[in-house]
Order: sequence, then structure tokens, then C-alpha cells
Amino acid sequence: MKRRNFVRKAFLGTMTTVIGTEIVFGNVLPEGYKPLALQDPDPYKMFDKDKGMVVLNDKPWNIEARAHLLDDKITPNKFMFIRNNGIIPQDIDAGKWTLTVDGESAKQSKTYTIADLKTKFSQHTYQLTLECGGNGRSEFDPPAKGNQWTVGAVSCATWTGVRLRDILEDVGIKNDAVYIGYHAADVHLSRDPKKEPISRGAPMSKVMQDETLIAFKMNGEDIPLAHGYPLRLVAGGWAASVSGKWVNRISVRNIVHDGTKMTGTAYRVPCNPVSPGEKVKDEDMCIIESMPVKSLITYPKTGATIKEGQKLNIRGHAWAGELEVSKMEYSIDFGSSWEQGSVEKPVNRLAWQHFAAKVDFPKKGYYEVWARATGSNGISQPMLLPGWNPKGYLNNACHRIAIKVA
Amino acid sequence: MEDHKIFKQRVKAIYAMLLGVFALFIVTAFTVIYLISNPDVFEKSKPEAEDLEIIEEEDYDKIENGIHVRTGLVEAEGLMAVVNNCTNCHSAKLVTQNRMNKERWISTIRWMQETQNLWDLGTNENIIVDYLVANYPPAKKGRREVLKDIGWYVLKE
Repeated sequence: MKRRNFVRKAFLGTMTTVIGTEIVFGNVLPEGYKPLALQDPDPYKMFDKDKGMVVLNDKPWNIEARAHLLDDKITPNKFMFIRNNGIIPQDIDAGKWTLTVDGESAKQSKTYTIADLKTKFSQHTYQLTLECGGNGRSEFDPPAKGNQWTVGAVSCATWTGVRLRDILEDVGIKNDAVYIGYHAADVHLSRDPKKEPISRGAPMSKVMQDETLIAFKMNGEDIPLAHGYPLRLVAGGWAASVSGKWVNRISVRNIVHDGTKMTGTAYRVPCNPVSPGEKVKDEDMCIIESMPVKSLITYPKTGATIKEGQKLNIRGHAWAGELEVSKMEYSIDFGSSWEQGSVEKPVNRLAWQHFAAKVDFPKKGYYEVWARATGSNGISQPMLLPGWNPKGYLNNACHRIAIKVA
Repeated sequence: MEDHKIFKQRVKAIYAMLLGVFALFIVTAFTVIYLISNPDVFEKSKPEAEDLEIIEEEDYDKIENGIHVRTGLVEAEGLMAVVNNCTNCHSAKLVTQNRMNKERWISTIRWMQETQNLWDLGTNENIIVDYLVANYPPAKKGRREVLKDIGWYVLKE
């Protein structure tokens, strides 16, 4: 209501003085940009997100879930985090949208409409875990620059599309292909048309996997705008920035793709471990590929008070990037002892897995339930923060919830 | 004489009519403006208190409890230099959620200048950096923090 009143006042103000106040920096106001007062500033409505989601940034839009919101086995749109490097494209006409494959290592340049993709290639649906490389950044000390994600920059929706491999085989790939790079329709924050907000990619080994899709559906419907409508690259298990949104071009490269956010320190960690706060040269930074083993307690919400003698059912999800989770444990005594919980097989490769346990508490008091996943390679989540890195990536430290037995 | 009278009466009649039309036009115009700006005029009217709050909102750079309301930045020396130079391309939230020392704030500015089209800040640079270091310095978190802001509730199973 406040806003409507404000608009009314603004309108009347305008009626009396035409332009009541000078718009500061009006001359550099990007074309087509509406001042905030005239925009619908409600991101929850705009992106159809649950009110419990947390807005970290509104220019560009970055929104994360909280652990208990991610309880669904298949993440619905309303609980799916939004991570943007640039400005979300507008006025998309899916009927006119095309995907072009080009690059040094493509035998030809070929363009497909979405209808072409749907009719020419077989369609596949997978549930795929997408986690932001910077999920958990807020815990690093010294702090790392960027959006301060806590635990909610992860999702596991179903994605339907065609295999990127099938498209590339149709185009024809030279033997010297090492990487693909995506290009997309989002706009750089500075509105400089020569700049791409992000143009990342993946090596051919990841590109050729069955589950690497050019997707046009999420959870059985058109992909929501904020998640890449009408076409999105989806490479489950890897840092989600590989899964480019609003993709309109795939370049097959004979070098490691050198697009925006592929070079320097972006989405890279020190090749060798460094001490907290240490300076690392660009050439000593290595590209993040698979995300590490991790888990999240999604039920109950942290802060539950239960009665003495009451058993507590906990549940959540666990994932391990390219690998599978083989064991799930929990501790109520800060890691002094661990009990095993159950963990389901994934519905398909690269989908998160569901765990559950029944927890007993010996007496009244304050507890923390810590969850720890172990991947098929025997590597577990650390209880403390993993190796510090300049940009604060790959924090897979155990998730915990607070419980009071009264 | 007769003709003159008739003429005068007609002029009067036309004048009155024009006046009426004009008045009607004014009334219609104001009604239309009012309706455009009050699309909910036929709905239940809202309490006046709300309108009073709004008038305050028109203060573009209002400070409340030491916070610049529009951006969420802390009110301190250099605030407006930060608002004017740092919130055009990205949200102020990108500033307020970060904590860095002087060296890293400066290197962040350099990175934006090299890759993100940030302009030369000139004499404002020192003002901005001082503001950032004073108000958004790094805090020690250690290797794992205690759980904070726990919203306790009774869990019914």
C-alpha cells in the first residue's frame, strides 16, 4: 500500500511541477532503466520466490534459500537460489531464439532454433544438483569478496533438454577440441554491450557426459526467466556458473575457454594450499570443476525445542559433485562420536541424495546436530572450514542445527 | 436597440455556456487526474497515517538510526561519495555485505576499474576508501563461528 501511495504522491507532484526533482545522474541513466520508484521492486513477486528466501543483492539479483526451505526432494522454483553476474535479459521471444555452435574446433558454424533442437535430437530429463561455487563464502576468515552466501546457493531440480554431445556431433568437432565456452543474452552491469557478464564453459570430458544438457524445461515447465529461459546449459555436479543461462552460442575451443570469469581468480582456487589471507598469483590459481562432498539438514529448521525423551527425526540431502555419497553420519557431541544415518541412492547420476536419521538425546540441554557426508572416494566433509582461498569458494564444512531439549 | 439587446443577451448566453463548458472541462480534468492517481478510490479508504509516512519517504537521502535509508550504508564521513560512485552499477548491498582491509578495498576498486568500467575516482578515492575501511573492516571469525540468531520454537512431532 505504501508504494501505491508513494506513486500517487509522485504522480501528483509531477502534475504540478512536471519534473519535481532533478534525477541525480539522469544523464547516465541507462536507456530503458526505470528509476527504482517506478519498478516493481518486489523480487519475491517478480521471480515467484518464497518470502523466506534471502536477497543478498538487488543489482544484480542474487537470492539464496535457507536450509529448511530446501526440504523438497526436487527443488521447486520458489526455493531455488538466483545467482546473476549481469542483468537478466528482457523481452525474450523463444520462437525466434537460436543456438549457434561455432569456434576454432567446430567443423562448421551451425544455428538451431529451439524447435530444431526439440525435433532433431532425443530429449532427456535428469535431476541435477547445481551449487554455486561460492556457496558458504560468508564463513571464510579473512573474509572473501563477493556475495556472502551462507548455505542456500544449491538446488536440485529436474531439467529437460537435449544432450550437448548430440548437438556437437551433429555440427562436427575437430580432434583438437579441448573446451566449450558459452555465450548468453544477459547484459553487463555497466551496460557496455562489448562486455559479457559471464562466459564460462567446461572441458570436453564434461561436455560429452549423458547428463550435460541444453535444457528448455525445469521441473516440467518452461525454465523461469531468472533461471535461464528459454535455453540453459546444465552441467550438474560442477560449480553452477558452468551452467550458463540464456545461452545463445556455444563455442568449441582449441584452448581452455578464456571468456569472462574463466581467467584470473574467478571460479578458481589456489592449485596448492595457501595460508589464510595469503596472496596468490593468477597463474597459481586452478579452475574449479566438480564441487566437493556436502550435505544439508533440511528438517527440522534450526532452533527446534523438544521435550526430554522425545526422539528427533532429521532429514536432508547430500551430494558429492561428480561422485556419489556413500555414507551419512551425524553427531550431537561436536564430533566426539558419530552415528550413521540412512542415505538413498540418487535418482540418477549427479542428483542429490536424501538422508534421514532418528536422533536420541541423553539429557536436557543445548545441542547441535552436525551432519557429515562421505563420498564414494572415502573423502568426508570437514567440521572446520576447508582450505582458505582468496575468493571464498568450495566451503563444504558440515552443516549443523541448534536443538534444545527441555 | 432591440437588435442590440438581443445581441447582448446572446453574447451573455454564449459566455455563460462557454463558462459552463470550461467549468465542466476543469471538473472533468481534475476528476480524471484524481482517478488516474487514485485507482482505488472506490475501495475502502486507507488511514491517513500512511500518507504521512510517505511524505518522509520523499526525502531522498534520509538517514535513520545512522543508516542511509535508500542504500543501507552507514552514515559517516564520505557517505555521499560512496553513494554517488559505488551504487550506479551494482547494489549497495554488495558493499554492505563485504568486509575488507584498506589494501583489499583498493584492489577491489582497481579490479572494477580494469574490468568493470569504473571511472577514475580522483580525489574521491581516498574519501571512499577511508569510509569503507572505517565502516566495513574485516571481523575475526576464526575457523568456525558459534551459531547465532537462533529463532527458538517448539517442535511438535
